[in-house]
Amino acid sequence: MRFSGWRVLKEGLTGNKGWGSHWRDPEPKRDYDVVIVGGGGHGLATAYYLAKEHGLRNIAVLEKGYLGGGNVGRNTTIVRANYYLPGNSEFYSHSLKLWEGMEQDLNYNAMMSQRGILNVFHNDGQRDATVRRANAIVNQGDDAEILSRDHLKKLVPFLNYDTNRFPIMGALLQRRAGTARHDAVAWGYARGADQFGVDLIQNCEVTGLDVEGGRVLGVQTARGPIRARKVALAAAGRSGQVAAMAGLTLPIESHVLQAFVSEGLKPVLDHVVTFAEGHLYISQSDKGGLVFGSYLDFYSSYAARGNLPMVEHTMESIAAMVPAVTKARLLRSWGGIMDMTPDGSPIIDHTPIEGLYLNAGWCYGGFKATPASGHCFAHLIATDRPHDAATRFKLDRFRTGHGLMDEEGTGAQHNLH
Amino acid sequence: MRITCPICGERDRREFTYRGAALKTPALEAGIEAWHAQVHLRGNPAGPLAELWHHEMGCGAWVQVTRNTATHEMLGSVLAEDAGLAVSASETEVET
Repeated sequence: MRFSGWRVLKEGLTGNKGWGSHWRDPEPKRDYDVVIVGGGGHGLATAYYLAKEHGLRNIAVLEKGYLGGGNVGRNTTIVRANYYLPGNSEFYSHSLKLWEGMEQDLNYNAMMSQRGILNVFHNDGQRDATVRRANAIVNQGDDAEILSRDHLKKLVPFLNYDTNRFPIMGALLQRRAGTARHDAVAWGYARGADQFGVDLIQNCEVTGLDVEGGRVLGVQTARGPIRARKVALAAAGRSGQVAAMAGLTLPIESHVLQAFVSEGLKPVLDHVVTFAEGHLYISQSDKGGLVFGSYLDFYSSYAARGNLPMVEHTMESIAAMVPAVTKARLLRSWGGIMDMTPDGSPIIDHTPIEGLYLNAGWCYGGFKATPASGHCFAHLIATDRPHDAATRFKLDRFRTGHGLMDEEGTGAQHNLH
Repeated sequence: MRITCPICGERDRREFTYRGAALKTPALEAGIEAWHAQVHLRGNPAGPLAELWHHEMGCGAWVQVTRNTATHEMLGSVLAEDAGLAVSASETEVET
Protein backbone atom coordinates (compact mmCIF):
# COMPACT_ATOMS: atom_id res chain seq x y z
CA MET A 1 0.00 0.00 0.00
CA ARG A 2 1.48 3.31 -1.10
CA PHE A 3 0.29 6.66 0.18
CA SER A 4 -0.39 9.47 -2.27
CA GLY A 5 -2.71 12.40 -2.75
CA TRP A 6 -4.71 10.36 -5.27
CA ARG A 7 -5.04 7.54 -2.77
CA VAL A 8 -6.37 9.92 -0.09
CA LEU A 9 -8.89 11.30 -2.62
CA LYS A 10 -10.01 7.83 -3.74
CA GLU A 11 -10.38 6.55 -0.19
CA GLY A 12 -12.23 9.69 0.81
CA LEU A 13 -14.76 9.07 -1.95
CA THR A 14 -15.15 5.37 -1.19
CA GLY A 15 -15.68 5.39 2.55
CA ASN A 16 -12.04 4.90 3.57
CA LYS A 17 -12.48 1.12 3.33
CA GLY A 18 -9.24 0.44 1.50
CA TRP A 19 -6.74 1.32 4.20
CA GLY A 20 -4.97 -1.71 5.60
CA SER A 21 -2.65 -2.34 8.52
CA HIS A 22 0.68 -0.57 8.19
CA TRP A 23 2.59 -3.69 9.20
CA ARG A 24 2.02 -7.39 9.83
CA ASP A 25 1.81 -8.97 13.28
CA PRO A 26 3.91 -12.10 12.70
CA GLU A 27 4.69 -14.95 15.06
CA PRO A 28 8.39 -15.04 15.90
CA LYS A 29 10.43 -17.55 13.88
CA ARG A 30 13.00 -19.73 15.67
CA ASP A 31 15.96 -18.31 13.78
CA TYR A 32 17.06 -14.94 12.38
CA ASP A 33 20.21 -13.47 10.89
CA VAL A 34 19.79 -10.35 13.01
CA VAL A 35 17.65 -9.80 16.09
CA ILE A 36 17.22 -6.19 17.20
CA VAL A 37 16.25 -5.71 20.84
CA GLY A 38 14.02 -2.66 21.14
CA GLY A 39 11.22 -1.51 18.83
CA GLY A 40 11.66 2.22 19.29
CA GLY A 41 12.79 4.75 16.72
CA HIS A 42 16.42 3.63 16.66
CA GLY A 43 15.66 -0.11 16.54
CA LEU A 44 13.08 0.28 13.78
CA ALA A 45 15.33 2.58 11.76
CA THR A 46 18.16 0.07 12.17
CA ALA A 47 15.96 -2.72 10.80
CA TYR A 48 14.84 -0.55 7.91
CA TYR A 49 18.37 0.41 6.82
CA LEU A 50 19.69 -3.15 7.34
CA ALA A 51 17.10 -4.28 4.81
CA LYS A 52 17.28 -1.33 2.44
CA GLU A 53 21.01 -0.57 2.36
CA HIS A 54 22.50 -3.96 3.12
CA GLY A 55 20.02 -6.37 1.56
CA LEU A 56 19.37 -8.38 4.72
CA ARG A 57 15.87 -9.77 5.00
CA ASN A 58 15.86 -12.31 7.82
CA ILE A 59 15.55 -9.73 10.61
CA ALA A 60 13.36 -9.46 13.70
CA VAL A 61 12.72 -6.46 15.94
CA LEU A 62 11.67 -7.55 19.44
CA GLU A 63 9.68 -5.04 21.49
CA LYS A 64 8.53 -5.70 25.04
CA GLY A 65 5.54 -3.36 24.71
CA TYR A 66 4.22 -1.79 21.53
CA LEU A 67 6.18 -0.23 18.68
CA GLY A 68 7.22 3.33 19.41
CA GLY A 69 5.90 3.18 22.97
CA GLY A 70 9.13 4.39 24.60
CA ASN A 71 11.15 7.55 24.22
CA VAL A 72 10.36 8.02 20.51
CA GLY A 73 6.80 8.79 21.62
CA ARG A 74 7.80 10.78 24.73
CA ASN A 75 10.21 13.45 23.48
CA THR A 76 9.86 17.09 22.42
CA THR A 77 10.31 16.27 18.69
CA ILE A 78 13.21 18.62 17.94
CA VAL A 79 15.47 17.94 14.96
CA ARG A 80 18.75 19.86 14.58
CA ALA A 81 22.42 19.57 13.60
CA ASN A 82 24.07 22.27 15.69
CA TYR A 83 26.80 20.35 17.49
CA TYR A 84 30.36 21.51 17.90
CA LEU A 85 32.75 18.62 18.52
CA PRO A 86 34.16 16.29 15.86
CA GLY A 87 32.28 13.03 16.21
CA ASN A 88 28.94 14.60 17.04
CA SER A 89 29.27 17.24 14.33
CA GLU A 90 29.46 14.92 11.32
CA PHE A 91 26.98 12.48 12.82
CA TYR A 92 24.16 14.98 13.36
CA SER A 93 24.92 16.55 9.99
CA HIS A 94 24.40 13.10 8.45
CA SER A 95 21.22 12.71 10.47
CA LEU A 96 19.71 16.02 9.32
CA LYS A 97 20.31 15.06 5.68
CA LEU A 98 18.52 11.76 6.27
CA TRP A 99 15.65 13.63 7.94
CA GLU A 100 15.29 15.79 4.85
CA GLY A 101 14.78 12.77 2.60
CA MET A 102 13.01 10.51 5.04
CA GLU A 103 9.40 11.13 4.14
CA GLN A 104 9.95 10.52 0.43
CA ASP A 105 12.14 7.54 1.21
CA LEU A 106 9.55 5.97 3.51
CA ASN A 107 6.48 7.18 1.59
CA TYR A 108 5.19 8.31 4.96
CA ASN A 109 4.14 11.69 6.30
CA ALA A 110 6.28 12.35 9.37
CA MET A 111 5.21 16.02 9.38
CA MET A 112 8.85 17.06 9.12
CA SER A 113 8.78 20.82 9.58
CA GLN A 114 12.00 22.75 8.97
CA ARG A 115 10.80 25.76 10.90
CA GLY A 116 14.28 26.66 12.17
CA ILE A 117 15.81 26.63 15.62
CA LEU A 118 16.89 29.75 17.51
CA ASN A 119 19.53 29.29 20.24
CA VAL A 120 19.23 32.48 22.28
CA PHE A 121 22.28 33.85 24.13
CA HIS A 122 22.37 36.30 27.02
CA ASN A 123 25.91 37.62 27.53
CA ASP A 124 29.24 38.23 25.82
CA GLY A 125 30.70 34.88 26.79
CA GLN A 126 27.72 32.95 25.48
CA ARG A 127 27.76 35.02 22.29
CA ASP A 128 31.41 34.20 21.67
CA ALA A 129 30.81 30.50 22.29
CA THR A 130 27.76 30.59 20.03
CA VAL A 131 29.64 32.30 17.19
CA ARG A 132 32.37 29.70 17.51
CA ARG A 133 29.80 26.93 17.33
CA ALA A 134 28.12 28.58 14.35
CA ASN A 135 31.47 28.60 12.53
CA ALA A 136 31.93 24.91 13.32
CA ILE A 137 28.46 24.16 11.97
CA VAL A 138 29.21 26.05 8.75
CA ASN A 139 32.49 24.14 8.46
CA GLN A 140 30.66 20.84 8.80
CA GLY A 141 28.59 21.93 5.80
CA ASP A 142 25.35 22.91 7.49
CA ASP A 143 23.65 26.25 7.88
CA ALA A 144 24.06 28.64 10.79
CA GLU A 145 23.38 32.36 11.08
CA ILE A 146 23.98 34.71 13.98
CA LEU A 147 21.03 37.05 14.44
CA SER A 148 21.26 40.40 16.17
CA ARG A 149 18.85 41.25 18.94
CA ASP A 150 16.86 43.50 16.59
CA HIS A 151 16.63 40.80 13.94
CA LEU A 152 15.53 38.25 16.55
CA LYS A 153 12.94 40.69 17.88
CA LYS A 154 11.34 40.84 14.44
CA LEU A 155 11.06 37.05 14.32
CA VAL A 156 9.96 36.44 17.93
CA PRO A 157 8.74 39.73 19.41
CA PHE A 158 7.24 38.39 22.63
CA LEU A 159 10.34 37.06 24.41
CA ASN A 160 11.45 38.88 27.54
CA TYR A 161 14.41 40.79 26.07
CA ASP A 162 15.28 42.92 29.09
CA THR A 163 15.48 40.88 32.27
CA ASN A 164 18.33 41.98 34.51
CA ARG A 165 20.01 38.61 34.72
CA PHE A 166 19.36 37.16 31.28
CA PRO A 167 18.91 39.98 28.76
CA ILE A 168 18.66 38.58 25.23
CA MET A 169 21.55 39.64 22.98
CA GLY A 170 20.82 37.60 19.89
CA ALA A 171 20.57 34.04 18.65
CA LEU A 172 22.01 31.36 16.44
CA LEU A 173 19.51 30.41 13.74
CA GLN A 174 19.67 27.09 11.93
CA ARG A 175 16.95 27.24 9.32
CA ARG A 176 17.06 23.56 8.35
CA ALA A 177 16.34 22.46 11.92
CA GLY A 178 12.79 22.02 13.16
CA THR A 179 10.41 19.39 14.42
CA ALA A 180 8.82 16.14 13.22
CA ARG A 181 5.82 14.11 14.32
CA HIS A 182 7.60 11.69 16.67
CA ASP A 183 5.10 8.79 16.54
CA ALA A 184 4.96 8.96 12.76
CA VAL A 185 8.75 8.56 12.58
CA ALA A 186 8.48 5.25 14.44
CA TRP A 187 5.49 4.18 12.36
CA GLY A 188 7.16 5.16 9.09
CA TYR A 189 10.28 3.13 9.84
CA ALA A 190 8.16 0.23 11.10
CA ARG A 191 6.11 0.18 7.92
CA GLY A 192 9.22 0.55 5.78
CA ALA A 193 10.98 -2.32 7.54
CA ASP A 194 7.88 -4.51 7.38
CA GLN A 195 7.63 -3.98 3.63
CA PHE A 196 11.14 -5.43 3.30
CA GLY A 197 9.98 -8.51 5.22
CA VAL A 198 11.34 -7.59 8.66
CA ASP A 199 9.34 -9.28 11.45
CA LEU A 200 8.19 -6.68 13.99
CA ILE A 201 7.29 -8.65 17.11
CA GLN A 202 5.50 -6.80 19.88
CA ASN A 203 4.75 -7.92 23.45
CA CYS A 204 7.97 -9.89 23.25
CA GLU A 205 10.23 -8.93 26.13
CA VAL A 206 13.77 -10.24 25.94
CA THR A 207 14.45 -12.10 29.19
CA GLY A 208 17.92 -13.46 28.47
CA LEU A 209 20.84 -13.29 26.06
CA ASP A 210 22.44 -16.61 25.13
CA VAL A 211 26.22 -16.25 25.16
CA GLU A 212 28.61 -19.15 24.82
CA GLY A 213 32.36 -19.01 24.47
CA GLY A 214 32.30 -15.24 24.10
CA ARG A 215 29.81 -15.39 21.23
CA VAL A 216 26.13 -14.52 21.16
CA LEU A 217 23.84 -17.35 19.99
CA GLY A 218 20.38 -15.88 20.45
CA VAL A 219 17.87 -14.51 22.91
CA GLN A 220 15.34 -15.84 25.40
CA THR A 221 12.03 -14.02 25.14
CA ALA A 222 8.56 -13.97 26.64
CA ARG A 223 7.50 -15.78 23.45
CA GLY A 224 10.18 -18.44 23.50
CA PRO A 225 13.85 -18.75 22.54
CA ILE A 226 15.08 -17.25 19.26
CA ARG A 227 18.43 -18.05 17.70
CA ALA A 228 20.34 -15.27 15.98
CA ARG A 229 23.65 -14.84 14.19
CA LYS A 230 23.83 -11.25 15.41
CA VAL A 231 22.00 -9.48 18.22
CA ALA A 232 21.75 -5.68 18.24
CA LEU A 233 20.76 -3.80 21.40
CA ALA A 234 18.77 -0.58 20.99
CA ALA A 235 17.00 -0.44 24.35
CA ALA A 236 17.59 3.23 25.26
CA GLY A 237 16.93 3.83 28.97
CA ARG A 238 16.79 0.08 29.61
CA SER A 239 20.16 -0.62 27.95
CA GLY A 240 21.81 -1.38 31.29
CA GLN A 241 19.37 -4.17 32.12
CA VAL A 242 19.57 -5.74 28.66
CA ALA A 243 23.37 -5.62 28.59
CA ALA A 244 23.48 -7.14 32.08
CA MET A 245 21.88 -10.27 30.63
CA ALA A 246 25.13 -10.75 28.72
CA GLY A 247 27.20 -9.97 31.80
CA LEU A 248 28.13 -6.48 30.63
CA THR A 249 28.16 -3.36 32.80
CA LEU A 250 27.72 -0.15 30.82
CA PRO A 251 28.94 3.39 31.50
CA ILE A 252 25.33 4.52 31.71
CA GLU A 253 23.04 5.95 34.37
CA SER A 254 19.32 6.17 33.57
CA HIS A 255 17.82 9.51 34.54
CA VAL A 256 14.42 11.13 34.19
CA LEU A 257 13.78 14.14 31.93
CA GLN A 258 10.42 15.86 32.14
CA ALA A 259 8.51 17.60 29.36
CA PHE A 260 5.43 19.81 29.41
CA VAL A 261 2.61 20.73 27.05
CA SER A 262 0.19 23.63 27.33
CA GLU A 263 -3.38 23.66 26.12
CA GLY A 264 -3.81 24.11 22.37
CA LEU A 265 -3.38 27.67 21.15
CA LYS A 266 -3.60 29.48 17.83
CA PRO A 267 -0.26 29.57 15.98
CA VAL A 268 2.00 31.88 17.95
CA LEU A 269 5.52 30.45 17.88
CA ASP A 270 7.01 29.83 14.44
CA HIS A 271 10.40 28.39 15.50
CA VAL A 272 11.97 26.12 18.06
CA VAL A 273 13.57 28.46 20.62
CA THR A 274 16.19 27.46 23.20
CA PHE A 275 17.69 29.66 25.90
CA ALA A 276 21.22 29.60 27.23
CA GLU A 277 19.64 30.83 30.48
CA GLY A 278 19.41 27.14 31.35
CA HIS A 279 18.41 24.17 29.29
CA LEU A 280 15.07 25.73 28.47
CA TYR A 281 13.52 25.03 25.06
CA ILE A 282 10.09 25.59 23.57
CA SER A 283 8.21 24.98 20.34
CA GLN A 284 4.59 24.80 19.27
CA SER A 285 3.15 21.52 18.04
CA ASP A 286 0.95 21.36 14.98
CA LYS A 287 -1.98 20.74 17.33
CA GLY A 288 -1.24 24.10 18.95
CA GLY A 289 0.21 23.03 22.29
CA LEU A 290 3.36 24.75 23.49
CA VAL A 291 5.90 21.98 24.13
CA PHE A 292 8.72 22.84 26.50
CA GLY A 293 11.20 21.44 28.97
CA SER A 294 14.55 22.04 30.61
CA TYR A 295 16.93 19.97 32.76
CA LEU A 296 17.05 16.40 33.95
CA ASP A 297 15.77 15.87 37.47
CA PHE A 298 19.37 14.82 38.25
CA TYR A 299 18.91 11.51 40.02
CA SER A 300 18.74 7.94 38.71
CA SER A 301 15.19 6.96 37.81
CA TYR A 302 13.12 4.52 35.79
CA ALA A 303 9.82 5.91 37.05
CA ALA A 304 9.02 7.80 33.80
CA ARG A 305 7.78 10.68 35.95
CA GLY A 306 9.62 13.45 37.71
CA ASN A 307 9.41 15.53 40.84
CA LEU A 308 8.10 18.97 41.66
CA PRO A 309 11.39 20.91 42.03
CA MET A 310 12.21 20.54 38.33
CA VAL A 311 8.60 21.32 37.38
CA GLU A 312 8.90 24.56 39.33
CA HIS A 313 12.30 25.36 37.86
CA THR A 314 11.01 24.87 34.32
CA MET A 315 7.91 27.00 34.97
CA GLU A 316 10.04 29.76 36.48
CA SER A 317 12.36 29.71 33.48
CA ILE A 318 9.59 29.80 30.92
CA ALA A 319 7.77 32.54 32.84
CA ALA A 320 10.98 34.59 32.90
CA MET A 321 11.90 34.13 29.25
CA VAL A 322 8.49 33.84 27.55
CA PRO A 323 6.07 35.58 29.93
CA ALA A 324 3.12 35.18 27.53
CA VAL A 325 3.15 31.45 28.24
CA THR A 326 1.92 32.09 31.78
CA LYS A 327 -1.48 32.97 30.29
CA ALA A 328 -1.83 29.41 28.99
CA ARG A 329 -2.79 26.47 31.16
CA LEU A 330 -0.52 23.48 31.44
CA LEU A 331 -2.22 20.47 29.92
CA ARG A 332 0.08 17.64 30.88
CA SER A 333 3.63 16.67 31.77
CA TRP A 334 5.53 13.42 31.65
CA GLY A 335 8.98 11.93 32.06
CA GLY A 336 11.20 9.87 29.81
CA ILE A 337 14.07 7.58 30.80
CA MET A 338 17.39 8.93 29.51
CA ASP A 339 20.43 6.67 29.11
CA MET A 340 23.10 9.13 30.27
CA THR A 341 26.78 8.50 29.49
CA PRO A 342 29.59 10.24 31.40
CA ASP A 343 30.44 12.60 28.50
CA GLY A 344 26.89 13.15 27.24
CA SER A 345 27.56 11.53 23.85
CA PRO A 346 26.27 8.19 22.53
CA ILE A 347 27.69 4.74 21.84
CA ILE A 348 27.35 2.82 18.55
CA ASP A 349 29.87 0.03 18.77
CA HIS A 350 30.76 -3.63 19.05
CA THR A 351 30.69 -5.15 22.51
CA PRO A 352 33.36 -7.51 23.90
CA ILE A 353 30.94 -10.33 22.96
CA GLU A 354 31.16 -11.46 19.35
CA GLY A 355 27.96 -10.85 17.42
CA LEU A 356 26.53 -8.51 20.07
CA TYR A 357 26.24 -4.85 19.06
CA LEU A 358 25.37 -1.84 21.20
CA ASN A 359 23.45 1.32 20.40
CA ALA A 360 22.93 3.30 23.60
CA GLY A 361 23.75 6.38 25.62
CA TRP A 362 21.62 8.86 23.69
CA CYS A 363 21.19 10.99 26.78
CA TYR A 364 18.42 13.54 26.15
CA GLY A 365 19.10 13.85 22.42
CA GLY A 366 18.04 10.60 20.83
CA PHE A 367 15.14 11.79 18.71
CA LYS A 368 17.07 13.96 16.27
CA ALA A 369 19.56 11.13 15.92
CA THR A 370 16.95 8.54 14.93
CA PRO A 371 17.66 8.22 11.17
CA ALA A 372 21.46 8.36 11.44
CA SER A 373 21.50 6.13 14.49
CA GLY A 374 19.63 3.46 12.55
CA HIS A 375 21.68 4.08 9.41
CA CYS A 376 25.06 3.88 11.15
CA PHE A 377 24.09 1.01 13.46
CA ALA A 378 22.89 -0.98 10.45
CA HIS A 379 26.22 -0.32 8.73
CA LEU A 380 28.13 -1.58 11.76
CA ILE A 381 25.99 -4.71 12.10
CA ALA A 382 26.14 -5.58 8.39
CA THR A 383 29.80 -4.80 7.70
CA ASP A 384 31.43 -4.96 11.17
CA ARG A 385 32.97 -1.56 10.42
CA PRO A 386 31.70 1.77 11.78
CA HIS A 387 29.99 4.11 9.35
CA ASP A 388 32.11 7.15 8.45
CA ALA A 389 29.70 9.41 10.32
CA ALA A 390 29.90 7.39 13.54
CA THR A 391 33.53 6.36 13.95
CA ARG A 392 33.95 8.04 17.34
CA PHE A 393 31.01 6.59 19.28
CA LYS A 394 33.25 4.03 20.95
CA LEU A 395 32.32 2.08 24.06
CA ASP A 396 35.90 2.04 25.37
CA ARG A 397 36.49 5.81 25.18
CA PHE A 398 35.68 6.13 28.88
CA ARG A 399 38.17 3.45 29.86
CA THR A 400 40.97 4.88 27.75
CA GLY A 401 40.05 8.55 28.06
CA HIS A 402 40.71 8.85 24.33
CA GLY A 403 38.03 10.41 22.11
CA LEU A 404 35.67 11.74 24.77
CA MET A 405 33.00 14.07 23.37
CA ASP A 406 31.98 16.43 26.16
CA GLU A 407 30.02 19.16 24.37
CA GLU A 408 29.35 21.07 27.58
CA GLY A 409 32.96 21.00 28.71
CA THR A 410 31.97 20.03 32.24
CA GLY A 411 33.99 16.82 32.47
CA ALA A 412 33.35 13.22 31.49
CA GLN A 413 31.73 12.17 34.72
CA HIS A 414 28.25 10.97 35.64
CA ASN A 415 25.83 13.60 36.97
CA LEU A 416 27.53 16.46 35.11
CA HIS A 417 25.44 16.31 31.89
CA MET B 1 10.47 13.15 46.91
CA ARG B 2 11.51 13.58 50.57
CA ILE B 3 14.81 12.31 51.88
CA THR B 4 15.59 11.37 55.45
CA CYS B 5 18.82 12.79 56.79
CA PRO B 6 19.98 10.71 59.80
CA ILE B 7 20.83 13.93 61.60
CA CYS B 8 17.99 16.28 60.57
CA GLY B 9 15.12 13.92 59.82
CA GLU B 10 12.87 13.93 56.76
CA ARG B 11 13.53 16.89 54.51
CA ASP B 12 12.58 18.19 51.06
CA ARG B 13 14.63 16.83 48.17
CA ARG B 14 15.62 20.43 47.33
CA GLU B 15 17.95 20.49 50.33
CA PHE B 16 20.06 17.69 48.86
CA THR B 17 22.51 17.41 45.99
CA TYR B 18 22.81 14.10 44.14
CA ARG B 19 26.13 12.37 43.72
CA GLY B 20 25.12 9.00 42.25
CA ALA B 21 25.62 5.37 43.16
CA ALA B 22 27.35 4.88 46.53
CA LEU B 23 30.60 3.25 45.45
CA LYS B 24 33.76 2.71 47.42
CA THR B 25 36.77 4.60 46.12
CA PRO B 26 39.56 2.24 45.00
CA ALA B 27 43.06 2.56 46.35
CA LEU B 28 45.19 4.97 44.32
CA GLU B 29 47.33 2.10 43.02
CA ALA B 30 44.31 -0.14 42.28
CA GLY B 31 44.81 0.12 38.52
CA ILE B 32 42.81 1.28 35.53
CA GLU B 33 40.07 -1.36 35.62
CA ALA B 34 39.10 -0.62 39.21
CA TRP B 35 39.11 3.12 38.60
CA HIS B 36 37.22 2.79 35.31
CA ALA B 37 34.56 0.78 37.13
CA GLN B 38 34.28 3.32 39.92
CA VAL B 39 34.20 6.44 37.76
CA HIS B 40 32.19 5.22 34.74
CA LEU B 41 30.50 1.83 35.00
CA ARG B 42 27.14 1.58 36.70
CA GLY B 43 24.90 -1.34 37.69
CA ASN B 44 22.07 1.12 37.02
CA PRO B 45 19.35 -1.06 38.58
CA ALA B 46 15.61 -0.51 38.08
CA GLY B 47 14.92 -1.12 41.76
CA PRO B 48 16.71 -0.52 45.07
CA LEU B 49 19.90 1.51 44.65
CA ALA B 50 22.32 2.69 47.35
CA GLU B 51 23.30 6.23 46.43
CA LEU B 52 24.98 9.27 47.89
CA TRP B 53 23.15 12.52 48.57
CA HIS B 54 24.75 15.59 50.10
CA HIS B 55 22.61 17.48 52.60
CA GLU B 56 24.07 20.63 51.16
CA MET B 57 21.33 23.07 52.19
CA GLY B 58 21.03 21.46 55.64
CA CYS B 59 23.60 20.03 58.00
CA GLY B 60 26.19 19.28 55.30
CA ALA B 61 26.21 15.53 55.94
CA TRP B 62 26.81 12.97 53.20
CA VAL B 63 23.99 10.46 53.37
CA GLN B 64 23.78 7.00 51.83
CA VAL B 65 20.15 6.70 50.77
CA THR B 66 18.61 3.46 49.55
CA ARG B 67 15.92 4.36 47.05
CA ASN B 68 13.86 2.37 44.58
CA THR B 69 14.65 3.93 41.19
CA ALA B 70 11.54 2.40 39.64
CA THR B 71 9.12 4.00 42.14
CA HIS B 72 11.16 6.71 43.98
CA GLU B 73 10.27 4.95 47.26
CA MET B 74 12.77 5.70 50.05
CA LEU B 75 13.99 2.49 51.69
CA GLY B 76 16.40 3.82 54.30
CA SER B 77 19.28 6.16 54.90
CA VAL B 78 22.45 6.17 56.97
CA LEU B 79 25.35 8.56 57.23
CA ALA B 80 27.90 7.77 54.54
CA GLU B 81 30.63 7.24 57.13
CA ASP B 82 28.44 4.68 58.93
CA ALA B 83 28.09 2.87 55.61
CA GLY B 84 31.86 2.62 55.34
CA LEU B 85 32.12 5.50 52.90
CA ALA B 86 34.35 8.13 54.47
CA VAL B 87 33.70 11.45 52.78
CA SER B 88 36.10 14.35 52.70
CA ALA B 89 35.21 17.88 53.69
CA SER B 90 35.08 18.90 50.04
CA GLU B 91 31.62 18.40 48.63
CA THR B 92 32.88 17.08 45.34
CA GLU B 93 35.37 14.49 46.57
CA VAL B 94 34.55 11.11 48.02
CA GLU B 95 37.39 9.18 49.58
CA THR B 96 37.70 5.96 51.52
